[in-house]
Formats: sequence, structure tokens, C-alpha cells
Amino acid sequence: MKPPPFDYVRPASFAEAASIIGEHGANARILAGGQSLVAMLNMRVARPQLLVDISRLDDANYIRVSHDDVAVGCTTSQRDLEHWPSLAADLPLVARALPWVGHEQTRSSGTVCGSIAHADPSSELPLCLSVMNGSVVVSSHGERRVMPARSFFTGMLQTACADHEVIEEVRFPRGDATVGSGFREVAMRHGDFAIVAIAVMARGDGLTIGVGGATDRPETCDWPVLEGSALTDALNDWAWSLDCQDDLHATASYRRKLIRSLGKLTIEEALQCRS
Amino acid sequence: MQVLKSAAKHQVSITLNGVRRSGFAEPRTLLTDFLRHELGATGTHVGCEHGVCGACTIQLDGVPVRACLKLAVQVDGRDIKTVEGLASGSQMSALQLAFRKHHALQCGFCTAGILMSLDAFLAATPGASEQQIREMLSGHLCRCTGYTGIVDAAVEAAAAIRSTSSQAVKV
Repeated sequence: MKPPPFDYVRPASFAEAASIIGEHGANARILAGGQSLVAMLNMRVARPQLLVDISRLDDANYIRVSHDDVAVGCTTSQRDLEHWPSLAADLPLVARALPWVGHEQTRSSGTVCGSIAHADPSSELPLCLSVMNGSVVVSSHGERRVMPARSFFTGMLQTACADHEVIEEVRFPRGDATVGSGFREVAMRHGDFAIVAIAVMARGDGLTIGVGGATDRPETCDWPVLEGSALTDALNDWAWSLDCQDDLHATASYRRKLIRSLGKLTIEEALQCRS
Repeated sequence: MQVLKSAAKHQVSITLNGVRRSGFAEPRTLLTDFLRHELGATGTHVGCEHGVCGACTIQLDGVPVRACLKLAVQVDGRDIKTVEGLASGSQMSALQLAFRKHHALQCGFCTAGILMSLDAFLAATPGASEQQIREMLSGHLCRCTGYTGIVDAAVEAAAAIRSTSSQAVKV
């Protein structure tokens, strides 16, 4: 199908884009990589009156490293982050997850922040940001708000970003060699939306596990380091505590099974690569 | 900052396979439709129109992207390469020759997109392994070949590109 009619504007700076969104609110949408939004326009699921194209904004295309985190600007593509030389050292979990995000041909346009803004419950980057306890910076009328990822995703394609706000950047806490990470997912084919995706970070004194694709948002859980039957029981209890959903790809029961089996493998993987 | 109105057609100029081309498009016109209907470049195929099948893949400033997920007005002033730009005159590229030799297509619907992905991928990664080639091809659906011929062709083309570039270095 073809998109419904809309007006189109290409602002010259992020501040200008944010001011247009501030003025138009829910009637306008940000167009960054377009890998979710244009598909939704083509299927006429989204019907904005105005598209604000930020895809060429150089002032929002950055990867900035500070002492505590790595900030990724709102026009930085998934491909740019994937090819960032420090990725494996600074964000090992993201390095493991990025090859699972769509395909090479969509990562070239798709942005990191766009994936966060779209908030598909089965997508990899919202899951990683939640497990890593990262944050999302949104901007409106020159005011900034920093929100923790774990309260940012509020439901199926829903976030805490208000209609008059724009995501300016996301911040991934930097890892170090003492933290192990693991990522696995099951999808119909490589690059499809995950039926279940599991991300794990293991520290000396505990681990964080997250699951995407099971419910309407990324789910996370903090545990001490568990092994053997204690781990099996914890995974089983956690799987049953989540409101896993049936859909045309898989049953809730299969999703619980994947949380148990894939969860165990991913935790083992994270513990092994911890130094 | 100019707002392009939905009901009007706006001029879009691109460099298509090395030639400056211009046409008109509404903001909602997809790049696929602009290429095919406005510029008459029908080599780019339109499949699913939501970025899944890969048939419409083109190179935007040298990088493979889905043309069905780009608006024509977004690419004003940019460089686009489509399947029509692969051969030089009647001489097919090494990749196209390998596709013919290995029967890497049957109906040909997915082929244009696959060629544009592989053309960029093999130029950037001439030493690509079969596994890397298969991973890259996961972004394209082919329902005829079972992919075996496509992978064989890509592996052979990679070797041909490697030997051409090493000869170029010797000269």
C-alpha cells in the first residue's frame, strides 16, 4: 500500500525539529530512519498530518563517550553504532544484540533512538537498554527530561515520551571486563521480530536478565548469581509470573518454554564471558 | 525551512546511476514509485512495501537501503544506484556474470534487490565468507531458488573481485 497524504518538512537543526514537534504535538511525527514509521505509513496504521524529517541532521548524529555512559544521538543509525570501534569494549551487550536487529539493509537507515521510540515489545535495543539500566533523554521547548529505560516503555508501541516531546539521545551505561553479557533470540528467520529474546548481564554479585517478545514491553529481573536447580526454578517462576501472550507466531506456553531454555543458555553464556 | 504541502508535487533531483535526473513527487510518494513511474527506471522491483522482502533494495550514497521505506522528497540531491547501473554498456559486471553462470535466479523478481545488496557488500567485504554472505542475504526473500545458486554466484563473484583488485594493485 501507499502512505496517506501528509505535509513534509526538513528542519536544519535538532532545536528546530523539537520546536515543530512542540507546536504540532500528536499531529506531527519525527521521521528518522523510517524503518518502522514508513512501513506503518504504507500500511496506513500511522496517519500524521506532518512529517518532520531529521534524517540528515548532523548535530544529532553522534556517539559520545563520558565517564559513565555512551550517549547515542537521535539520528545515529544502527549501522553506525554497529561499526563504532569501541562497541565491543564499552557496550558488549549491544555488540551482541545489534546483528539481530533487522537486516544489514535496514540497519543502514534504522536509528538506535528510533527503535527505542517505536518500542516494539520484541525489538532488541529497548530490551538491551532496559537490562543495562540505561536512560532516554527527551526534549521539549528547550527543556530536557532524563527517564530511566525501565519506566520508559509503557506498553505495546507505547512510551513515556509525550506528544510534544522528542527523543534527543539514549544513554547506555558503559560496561567493563568484570561484567559478562549474553544475548540470544528465537525468530522465524534471522532478522525477523523475536518470538522471545533474552539479554543477560552478569556481575560478580548478581545478574540481570531481560526478556523481549514475551509481553507488551521488555521485562527485567535482578537476581543473585544462580546455578543448577535454583536457576531452573527461578526461570520457571519468572516465566509464569509474566503475562506471556499468544499470537500468530507462537503460544504463551511456547514463550514460557523459551524463557526457561533460552534463559538458561544465555545466563551461562554471560557467566562464562565474565572475567 | 519550507513545508512541502501534501497536495502539491515538488521537484526532486537525484543522481541516478551517474546521470542527473529530476522529477516531481508528492511528499507521500515512495522512492520506489518515483524511480519507476516518474523516472521510468523499472529495474527496481516493488514487493511487500514494508521493508521485509528486499526486492526494492537500492544503493543510497553507496549504502544498500529499502527504496520502499524512503520518500522521494527525502533523497533530493543524493546519489542513487539501481540495477540499471551495474553493467557498463553491454558488459555485465562480474556479479551479474556469476548470477547467469550459476542460475542464481528463476523468476527474477528478487534479483535486482539482491544484486544491489551484494554489489555494495562485496565491494566493502571482498574477503566475505559463505557464512557472512548468507547472513547478508537474510535481508532478501527468494521463493524460487532455495538460495544455493545465489550463494554460489556470490562466492564466485567475491573471488573474481578479489583477483581484479589484487591485479590492480600489482599494476
